[in-house]
This record gives sequence, C-alpha cells and structure tokens, in this order.
Amino acid sequence: MNTNKPDRRRFLKNGVALAGLAVGGMRSGVAQTLGSEAVERHAKVAESYGERTRFETVARLPQAPTPQYQRAGIMLTPLQDSVGIITPSSLHYIATHNHAVPEIDPRQHRVLIHGLVDRSLVFTMEELRCLPSVSRVHFLECANNSTQLLAGDGRKAETVQDTHGKTSCSEWSGVPLSVLLKEAGVQKGAAWVIAEGLDLVKHAQSIPLEKAMDDIIVAYGQNGEALRPEQGYPLRLVTPGFEGLYQVKWLRRIKVVDQPYMNLLETTTYIRPMPDGKAHWFDFELPPKSVITRPSGGQRVPGRGFYEITGLAWSGGGAIQRVEVSTDGGRTWKDARIQEPLHRFAHTRFYFPWTWDGEETVVQSRCTDERGQVQPTLTEFLKTRGVDLNYWKTTKARVGFFNGIQPWKVTREGSVQNALL
Amino acid sequence: MRCYNRSVLLIALVACSAAFAQGPTYQRGRTPTQEEIRAWDISISPSGMELPPGKGTAKEGANIYAQKCAECHGPTGAEGDFRHGRLVGGKGTLNTTRPIITLGSFWPFATTIWDYINRSMPMYRAGSLSADEVYALTAVLLYRNGIIQENDVIDAKSLPKIQMPNRNGFFPTKPVWKPGTKREFGLYP
Repeated sequence: MNTNKPDRRRFLKNGVALAGLAVGGMRSGVAQTLGSEAVERHAKVAESYGERTRFETVARLPQAPTPQYQRAGIMLTPLQDSVGIITPSSLHYIATHNHAVPEIDPRQHRVLIHGLVDRSLVFTMEELRCLPSVSRVHFLECANNSTQLLAGDGRKAETVQDTHGKTSCSEWSGVPLSVLLKEAGVQKGAAWVIAEGLDLVKHAQSIPLEKAMDDIIVAYGQNGEALRPEQGYPLRLVTPGFEGLYQVKWLRRIKVVDQPYMNLLETTTYIRPMPDGKAHWFDFELPPKSVITRPSGGQRVPGRGFYEITGLAWSGGGAIQRVEVSTDGGRTWKDARIQEPLHRFAHTRFYFPWTWDGEETVVQSRCTDERGQVQPTLTEFLKTRGVDLNYWKTTKARVGFFNGIQPWKVTREGSVQNALL
Repeated sequence: MRCYNRSVLLIALVACSAAFAQGPTYQRGRTPTQEEIRAWDISISPSGMELPPGKGTAKEGANIYAQKCAECHGPTGAEGDFRHGRLVGGKGTLNTTRPIITLGSFWPFATTIWDYINRSMPMYRAGSLSADEVYALTAVLLYRNGIIQENDVIDAKSLPKIQMPNRNGFFPTKPVWKPGTKREFGLYP
C-alpha cells in the first residue's frame, strides 16, 4: 500500500497540471469573445464580498454641524431612495457623539453580568453563540430625529434624508437579555440595569429591568451578518422602540441595580427642558411617526398621471396599525396600503396610488400605532407642548421627540419641496 | 382524559419554571473573580455605594484642573460655547429660551460628576486620574458653582449627601416605565 502512494500522488499532480493546461487553453481560446469575459467576472464576484453596481450611488450624508451638535458625528440614512423596510447595513445612520469607533477583537471580547444577581457571569462571544437566540426586525431612531428643521441653524432641511435620516431598520440577531439575566439569577430589590459600552467615554445607560426582561436583544448580528463596527461590533443592545441612547453599542457590561444611576447623557443631553424651567427625564419610547419618502423634498414628479406614493411609518408604541395619506393639503385623508407582514417596533412601508393632475398641492402622511396613538400635525404638537413655533426656532432647549406630520409641496413644475421651510 | 393531560402539562410547567428560577439553565459563561468585577465596575449610584476611598478639596483640585481640564473647558469652566463643554454657571436660565445647562444649574446628583470624570476624563486619557484627583476635581466644580466651600472635603461619605440646586426640577418625580402606556397626542410622555 505504501509503495502505491507516490504513484498516486504523481498521478494526481499530473492530472491537476493537465486540468490547468486545459483551463488555460480554454481561456486563451475564447478570450476574444464577450462571453468569456462575463464568465470570468462572475467567478471573481462569487469569491468576494459583493459590491453594488457603479450605477447606484446612494449614500449617507453627514448632518450639517450646528453650534449645538457640532460634535455629534451624525451620518444620515438616505430614506428618499429606500425600498421595502430594511436599511442596508452600509446605509444605517450613525450617531456616536463623535467618539471614534473602537476596533474590538471578538476573540478578546467579554461581557460581564453582575450586581444584584445570584451568580456574576462572564461570557465570551463563542459562549453567547451557544445560547438560545432570536432574530427580529426593529427600527432604531435618534431622539432628535426630524427636529433639525426647527432648530433654526445649520443647513436647511430640504430632503427627507435631512429631516428624518436619523432612523434605520434592520433584522437584529442575538440572545435575549432575559436569557442572560435568568442565567445570572436576578435578586429581589432589582429594578434597573446599567448597560455599558466600550467606546471612548464608556457610555452607560439605565434601563428599566421590566424592559430588560421583556424584549431587549444582546445582538451580534445585523441583516444576516455580523454587526458593522459603527453599529457596535461585536456586541450591542437593541432595545425595541426606545430612543437611540438605550441601544448601547460595543456592549461589555450589564449591572443589575435598584435605581437609575443618572449617567452623563441621561443627566444632561437627553433630558427635555420645558419652557417653565422644569425638565422631563427618561422618555423611553419614541412617538408614532411617518413620512412620505417618495415623492419627497428634492425629487421630481415626472408630469401628470399615475404615481405611487410610498413612505415609512414606525412607533415606539409597537406595530403600526394605520397610515393615512392626504394629497390635497390635509383636507381629506385616505387609508394607505400597509406592507405585510407587520413587525412591532419596525419601519412599516406604506403605498398609496395617486394620479397627479399637474396642479400645485401638498402631500403628507400620518400614522396610528397599536396603542391608538396618532401622529399630530405641527400645530397640534406645539399646542399640546404649550409653546409656539418661535420657541422651537429660537430656543436652545432640547426639541427631541418631535413627531409632527411632514408635508411636501409639489409645484406645477413637478419639483418637491419641504412645505415646513 | 383531557383533564388528565392538562394536569400533567401543568405539573410539568410548574416543575420547569421552578428549575428555571433556582439555577442556571445553560451552564455557559464563567464566574468572574472579585478583582475582575472591581476593575470593571465603574458605575456610581446616586447613593454613592460604589465610591472608592480617597478625598479632595477644591483648593487641592485647582491646580489639577488648570493642568488637565482647562484646555477644553476654559480656565474657569464657565467659558464653554456649547453645553457639553460648559461646566459652571447658568443659574436662573432654565426657564428662558436660552437655558444654560451645567452641572451647577441642572444636574440632579453630585455623584454623576465623580462617575463621569472617572469614567471618561480627560478625553483620550480616561482612567489616568487617581481617586484623590477625581474627588478634588469634583470639589472644584461644586465650589465654582457655589455649591460647597473651597475647603470642604469631598469623599465617599460627603459626596452623595450634597443637595444639588436643581434636584427637584425633574418630572415625573421618580422615573418609572410601564409597558404599553398610552400617551396623549404630541405629549411624549
């Protein structure tokens, strides 16, 4: 048997060489034709990480700096070109408070669970991957998304990317936080958890224990692959429906505690000062919001005739139950068709058939969520907050959690403009 | 027959949930040492229970502030041109259209000052300050906001007891989250 081996090897070697010759011959023989070029390109793409065609150039844009937010380091999602409900990971909005994105070796990464628990535990990434997992579609949104229009300085918010670009939606995969907390054994007296990341300032956030035990995901996956570095690679929290602050990236620690710890951002930036000087803290869930993405600011309607209006709706209250569209400046409203299946705490795509008569008009949408919460008009919003428009335009107070209806004006030439400007 | 099946199921369910509550189910992860937890646990509660030994006064901290903080926050801390940077002043501005939010005018708890300096400051050199230095810098900021005296000693005992001027400026008084709460139009919450 042993003596056969060299022969067999030689045979294999020769065989490979012959095969190589044959392939080489084939290549040179048909290299002049278009067909062979196509085959070669196809082979190259198949072994690499896919790129989009050079004809598609849709991209994120940095939010224009304002005196207040010059350090925020925000990149806006191009919602005007979105289709369906998933934001490509490459186009997911970024808000890191301008702190550099850490580069973390997943083999070295650990997450610690401790505090008011029976057993403190440390998990490696490999150990987390052994645990029961879930994949769910959820939006993330910065608390001050759609308010920059009213901030009064910086670039004018002309497109839907400017006005609403601080929200994106992905399928997130990971271990339910409740699984980790049950493994550690939550003790009596526990009421909150502190989640902490590994970024430059070690962002920490107090989260109600009830939410942590309900639906928070300790996520390692985004849209079918590992998280992107800007989205917290290798591990982050996804806290469905809550403002961006709660979506702690580069997660390294969960401490179970008895009260909120008043970390920096929940003590300053993400508390809403009101006109009377009092301030609302811990806003938690984002309000119901919708916006027409097509046609939207900066786009063109190509002449009178049929045009499908489409857009996105989402709410921290759960699933979107209803979206209405008005194409006559808000005089009449009709139900839009909602894309199914419905996901809770997720972008929801809506469609509305429209035949444009070529006259100037205003199109807008409003949504209702599963709690019956309805998106207000700007006027209604300001009335319930007890302030006038001028207050929002001049104040340096935080104008977060704005969810007013976004109207787009269509001119007779077919150009689309932000009707609030 | 149906009844019998149901009761078996019920017993199985009860047994399952009892096991769940008693111990870990999946036996993954390891127990960290006390030293590991101490090294990572930088969270400071408003009760101050995690504060380490050490102490400092505003007098002792003035020099440290000049060397390590003034470059970004200004010589006095009142110079910042946006609210993240400004540390001192703003008293009486919260009900105007230009509220100046500083730890003196706004923050409800003094422990947050210690937590954040220790956690994040100086930028890019976090973790380089000793506990004594963090106490001294905390004292500087409290003193310059008129909350303590220059020679008041700030330590694990005195810091959580400091009453911040805007402690009662927040609503709801106690932050709580209830799942599924419906909110009024435009009021969030």
